[in-house]
Amino acid sequence: MNAPLLEVEHLTMRFGGLVAVDDLSFTAMDQRITAIIGPNGAGKTTVFNCLTGFYRPTVGRLTFHGRFGPVLLEREDGFRIPRHGIARTFQNIRLFAHMTALENLVVAQHNHLMRASGYTVLGLFGWKGYRAAERAAIERARYWLDRMGLLARADWDAGSLPYGEQRKLEIARAMCTQPKLLCLDEPAAGLNPRETAELAELLVEIRDREQIGILLIEHDMSMVMRISDQIIVLDYGRKIAEGTPEQIRTDPVVIKAYLGEAEDEELPEEVREDLARLGGGA
Amino acid sequence: MSTVATVGPRATAGGFDLARALKEAGLAAFVAFVLFVPLAGFKLVGQEGQLALEYRPHWVLIGTAAVFVGHLAINFIRAMRGPSQRARGEAGAMARFFTVHARWFGLAAALLAFLLPFTPLGNRYVVDVATTVLIYVMLGWGLNIVVGLAGLLDLGYVAFYAVGAYSYALFAQWFGLGFWEALPIAGVLAAIAGILLGFPVLRLRGDYLAIVTLGFGEIIRVVLLNWYDVTNGPDGISGIPRPTFFGLEFKRYSPDGMTFSQFFGIEYSSLHRVIFLYYLILILALITNWFVLRIRRLPIGRAWEALREDEIACKALGINPTNTKLTAFALGAMFGGFAGSFFATRQGFISPESFTFIESATILAIVVLGGMGSQIGVALAALVIVVLPELGREFEQFRMLLFGAAMVGIMVWRPRGLLAFREPTVRLHGRGQGEEAPR
Amino acid sequence: MLYFLQQLINGLTLGMMYGLIAIGYSMVYGIIGMINFAHGEIYMIGAFISIIAFLLLGVLGVTWIPLALLLVLLIAMAFTAAYGWTVERLAYRPLRGSFRLAPLISAIGMSIFLQNYVQLLQGANVKAVPPIITGGWILAEQDGFAVRISNVQIMIILLTLVLMAIFSWIIANTPLGRAQRACEQDLKMAALCGVNVDRTISLTFVMGAALAAVAGLMATLYYGVVDFFIGFLAGIKAFTAAVLGGIGSIPGAMLGGLLLGLVEAFWSGYFTTEYKDVAAFSILVIVLIFLPTGLLGKPEIEKV
Ligand SMILES: Nc1ncnc2c1ncn2[C@@H]1O[C@H](COP(=O)(O)OP(=O)(O)OP(=O)(O)O)[C@@H](O)[C@H]1O
Ligand SMILES: [Mg+2]
Repeated sequence: MNAPLLEVEHLTMRFGGLVAVDDLSFTAMDQRITAIIGPNGAGKTTVFNCLTGFYRPTVGRLTFHGRFGPVLLEREDGFRIPRHGIARTFQNIRLFAHMTALENLVVAQHNHLMRASGYTVLGLFGWKGYRAAERAAIERARYWLDRMGLLARADWDAGSLPYGEQRKLEIARAMCTQPKLLCLDEPAAGLNPRETAELAELLVEIRDREQIGILLIEHDMSMVMRISDQIIVLDYGRKIAEGTPEQIRTDPVVIKAYLGEAEDEELPEEVREDLARLGGGA
Repeated sequence: MSTVATVGPRATAGGFDLARALKEAGLAAFVAFVLFVPLAGFKLVGQEGQLALEYRPHWVLIGTAAVFVGHLAINFIRAMRGPSQRARGEAGAMARFFTVHARWFGLAAALLAFLLPFTPLGNRYVVDVATTVLIYVMLGWGLNIVVGLAGLLDLGYVAFYAVGAYSYALFAQWFGLGFWEALPIAGVLAAIAGILLGFPVLRLRGDYLAIVTLGFGEIIRVVLLNWYDVTNGPDGISGIPRPTFFGLEFKRYSPDGMTFSQFFGIEYSSLHRVIFLYYLILILALITNWFVLRIRRLPIGRAWEALREDEIACKALGINPTNTKLTAFALGAMFGGFAGSFFATRQGFISPESFTFIESATILAIVVLGGMGSQIGVALAALVIVVLPELGREFEQFRMLLFGAAMVGIMVWRPRGLLAFREPTVRLHGRGQGEEAPR
Repeated sequence: MLYFLQQLINGLTLGMMYGLIAIGYSMVYGIIGMINFAHGEIYMIGAFISIIAFLLLGVLGVTWIPLALLLVLLIAMAFTAAYGWTVERLAYRPLRGSFRLAPLISAIGMSIFLQNYVQLLQGANVKAVPPIITGGWILAEQDGFAVRISNVQIMIILLTLVLMAIFSWIIANTPLGRAQRACEQDLKMAALCGVNVDRTISLTFVMGAALAAVAGLMATLYYGVVDFFIGFLAGIKAFTAAVLGGIGSIPGAMLGGLLLGLVEAFWSGYFTTEYKDVAAFSILVIVLIFLPTGLLGKPEIEKV
């Protein structure tokens, strides 16, 4: 049951001289929460952008075992990737601010509804099949609104929801695409401790009930340590450690990267490599 | 430059600081003075082939004084009425009222429109003007798909209008097609023109699109002017067949069969055709309205609005941005094409002069003033913009000046248009149920 | 060959004027990321103010051409700059942070407004200006065909080069230039660092308008006719030049202007004049599709 869902091999992304992601390899398992952590600017969001087709990787192979079998993500157009079953949220929320919460979730089911409306032609004349499909889409939206506790505010403009609810709505929107892999970019940013705890619970619930994989970028260590099955630590684009929360918690390399020791610079190259190998050997 | 006056202190309710208002009005007046001196103070006049200057110091003084007084007055009104936020709120409430009751307003307006020729008002002149209004309503609704729903700024919409008009004229001339056969062809050709133009440029940034469409509109006009063999250049095409009522012509006698008046056994009147044309465009416009209202609630319509809001999020949801925009562009163009063929058959004569940038700007002004995405707003704006110049020469002269100022003013004051209030395409709770959203 | 040379000279002259207008588009775009559609009208206003200033100086008895020219240049730049400043203040500044289409629509409105404002004040007829700088030089002659360069052309080329030098110096070496470059990188951050963003943007419009005024003056001297509509096409073409050179880049704008001027001159010289505007526009579309960053522009990756 725990097949690999996403295999990232030698992913490198350069912006001019800057190497944002450097030879990164990891595997995310199905029905597991894989967390990507690292200091600011470590290249986490860039990994997401490569996965979801917003950037074309400089080097690397990204195999996703999607809805229609394995697919090489780096060869796909960005807008086709969601069809294989990858959904994402954004670090800086990107909702359709002037559309209602419900509409946001219906738009997420666009491709399916488009087909059901006979590419608009049948829909124009109110074909029965389309109306049924639209009802089903609204039902799914209602389900997710309910799970997120947003049902009463379904007809609000997304932009007028409070911040925490916007974050939730974005997750609901991603779930409405019925993904196999859900990529969340700092979903707890800006939430208070209670909301964060609720979110953690929700993610575990999504993993178990929907049986999907989750890729999670997060700075809130307590949440990461609590719910992740596997953690990958990035620093300056490189993977410096990988393992279970217990392994990562005690990893000296990780601690160093986060706390930033002054001696770091003086470490001889060989020692640093040894340390990295040590950390990455999980 | 009365718009100078819109910039002023954020006066709070009740407090009107006269000294400060005077100082600011003085500054505005000074700027206005500097602006007016060269262009209003002197006029270039031709005298025997030689240019000379005419001096108009009074123009400068009047203009400057007007800015001073206007600035003061606006600040004063603002101070009396409280923050400008409240005025905005009032307009918003009105827009909301119109949109929420859109169905009733729409029905009432449609009913009035259907009865118009039979009311005492319905003389030839009024019906003629009403026909023009409806052409602009239809164009506005068509452009609203592109600008209001999809958020693509198309500054060359008139090009598609021209494609429709010339398609009908040429198909009639070459193949003897009648209006009804040519209408779909004209729409399709305009849509194809939209796709051909849109395909390369729709993936560009929004503002590039604006200038490319602006150029495209100009190019179509230049081609129409210079491609003499086909378009007859500046002389235009005349003798375009007029529409028939299921094959019955609107003439006193017709060599090939019965005429409209003979068939119905009524006395011939040239008014029949005017009224028929009026109903024709009324029906075309209503079809456009039905189409837009309907498609807005379909997946494609929601995708347009979503793209307008955030293209990146759309991509992450699997929406193909290029194709979706292209559809909006093509459908908008199609309605432009339909309106164009109607224009051709109504006038019986077309020339490139009817398809200038001014025309595009007018249609855009209608959409912008009426409210992007608001059907009723667009109809009202078309009415105002067409009827105003009819009321007097002064309006005609100042028409474009007012459009320009109004476009700036509306963007500053109510950027989504006077009557822009968005009604959700789908609701979970009935109106008034669920939690009340903050406004 | 000689014919080629002649078209080259004509094209360079034309290109210098396009370049001067294009700089205005490019600078504004660089800083606030919008296309100032009204910029073409600013150029037209510059042309009108130049003529009026010439006539006025004539009335006042300033007839020594170099002095008159210098004064006209200064007057036109100053008053046109005032128009540029006002346009920004009224139509664009209140819209910063408004929705995406708002500044564009406002700019179109401004453009329509200014066109009709000048038409109402100055009349719709074409103003023919008597030649002010006359004479020229024959560079080469063969089989009865002479390659000429007129004094106006020499003046246009020299003046543009001088202005470009001054201008580049301002951007590279003055506090204003530094503020502009900072705003170009990041408007918010520049504001947080104490750069007066409003003032910098205003001055950018002022500078752009002043350069457009120079182009307007040159057009008056070169073509001898001016009407209220000249800003429309010149605007589209200068924008094309800015895109061709890479919008946001000032040397790019000049380069784009020169290339466009040359293309247009050769097109008119070797093909037909009727479609020369079509040629300019086709270049715009082709560049946008195949080279959206232009020749000297920086690639623009949208951060997600
Ligand atoms: N489009 C781009 N062009 C140039 N550089 C970029 C681009 N996108 C990201 N970068 C750079 O790549 C590096 C990694 O950025 P990224 O956004 O992936 O970091 P992150 O790990 O998500 O950081 P944070 O925790 O702050 O979100 C940064 O130095 C960033 O400036
Ligand atoms: Mg990030």
